Amino acid sequence: MLMNIKKPLSLIDGKVKLHTNGKVMELDRLPREELQKNIWGKETSIIPQSAMNALMPTKKIKDSIMDVMRTHYDKIEEEEIIDRAQARFEEIGVSKDVIFRYPFELSGGMRQRAVIAVATLLNPRFLIADEPTSALDVSTQKMVLKTIQNLREKGIVKSIAFITHDIATVRQIAEILVVMYAGKIVEISPMEEIIREPLHPYTKGLLYSVVTPEPEVKKRGIYHIPGTPPNLMYPPPGCRFHPRCEYKLDICEKEEPQLKDINNRKVACFLY
Amino acid sequence: MPILMVNNLTKIYESGMILRRYVEAVKNVSFTIEESEIVSLVGESGSGKTTTANIILRFIKPTSGEVIVEGKDIWNDIKTFEELKDYRKKVHAVFQDPFSSYNSFYPVDRVLYQVLELLGKNPRGSEGKELMEEALVNVGLEPKHILGKYPHQLSGGEKQRLMIARCWLIKPRLIIADEPVSMIDASTRGGIIKLFEKLKEEEKTSILFITHDMGLAYYISDKILIMYLGEIVEQGTPDEIISNPKHEYTKNLISSIPTLYKKWE
Repeated sequence: MLMNIKKPLSLIDGKVKLHTNGKVMELDRLPREELQKNIWGKETSIIPQSAMNALMPTKKIKDSIMDVMRTHYDKIEEEEIIDRAQARFEEIGVSKDVIFRYPFELSGGMRQRAVIAVATLLNPRFLIADEPTSALDVSTQKMVLKTIQNLREKGIVKSIAFITHDIATVRQIAEILVVMYAGKIVEISPMEEIIREPLHPYTKGLLYSVVTPEPEVKKRGIYHIPGTPPNLMYPPPGCRFHPRCEYKLDICEKEEPQLKDINNRKVACFLY
Repeated sequence: MPILMVNNLTKIYESGMILRRYVEAVKNVSFTIEESEIVSLVGESGSGKTTTANIILRFIKPTSGEVIVEGKDIWNDIKTFEELKDYRKKVHAVFQDPFSSYNSFYPVDRVLYQVLELLGKNPRGSEGKELMEEALVNVGLEPKHILGKYPHQLSGGEKQRLMIARCWLIKPRLIIADEPVSMIDASTRGGIIKLFEKLKEEEKTSILFITHDMGLAYYISDKILIMYLGEIVEQGTPDEIISNPKHEYTKNLISSIPTLYKKWE
């Protein structure tokens, strides 16, 4: 029986490839030690969802930074690191004295930006931002969003995957939108086009339920998607969205739609 | 005559035994709500929105000022229990958290039974049952799927719809909705918003819609009040506020809200 216990988040199938410096690294094949030393923080990095609580409350920001450095380098000079970290903090618009503070001395927006600074210390090529603005109020949200945008403009990071449920926020910085429903990708499209004309019925419902203070919204009206997302232990057969879809066809209950190319967009729906 | 008149309302909280400290949660607030009007009260956390709502609902006594509902000063003219019951029929609340509005030991029907009892009707009689089913249909719920269930068997959206079903039983003149959709999933939010619009149109109910979400306020209201540090700093129609904000706070707020159809510069 014990043999049947699998580690959580173990890879069942598929590949994760990272293109870097003209090389292709298969991340799913690398051992954990290798990942920790050479990939995490250096090549890829993450701003976690609850970044507000990602900092150890009993450590000064400076000590969290030293921790990150120690994992990557055997010999480090504390002063040099502090200088470098302070320069990075100033670059993203946070006072350099912040690194001598404890997390509880900082406001939510400051803490969020401190985490961003720590995550990007080693100039990772690829940054994953998991709901980085969802716990902040609107004016701080804008500040953090601008900070993330700056990271890319200054070339500190090259690419960003921004994970969010808030389309109006991500619309401000992303070029391509990938829409997921119940564990599957249903649509991939350039941002401007998907805002102008969403193709998948789920994308439509999602987009039209966003209310922002704009005259277009009043003209368009407000929508909602009936029902609730399925329990993924027992996903519905065929298209996973069919029980909630207003355009449902007979085939949707039986077959699973595959991603199909339409112009330069991709959509998984039998309507197209 | 307006349904609700709030005149120079002030609430000062005191704390400390020897070193007394005073917090002016609500400062000299005045506004009116007409019949069949939706008025939004927008502001950040701690700006006094909920305190204002609680004073209108008679949960907190104001330090000074008056609240007049259909010509009656609710803090001075309501003396007997009968008058209070009458007031509760006129002014109804929908709260932010549909999860804590229910007692998890009872089937959800109980929230409707209580309303029917307030109205002096027998919830188990045929009339009571009919009224309940009618109210549920009005908020887009299927009575046989809802009645007899326990709170944990319903989704957040269904629970909030059920709270609004109470409004269809009472048919209040004024609803105080304190952040009614902030805990509801974005994809179901639109449905709840439409229920408030339906109440306004079919029953001529007035609604005080309290929110921090400018987008929602813009969409649903006839008038928006902007509250900042306990004061109403600006008011106007949604289009006036959005296109021509006057107060610094409002300007900052509106420029920070991410827009869907336009990209920031």
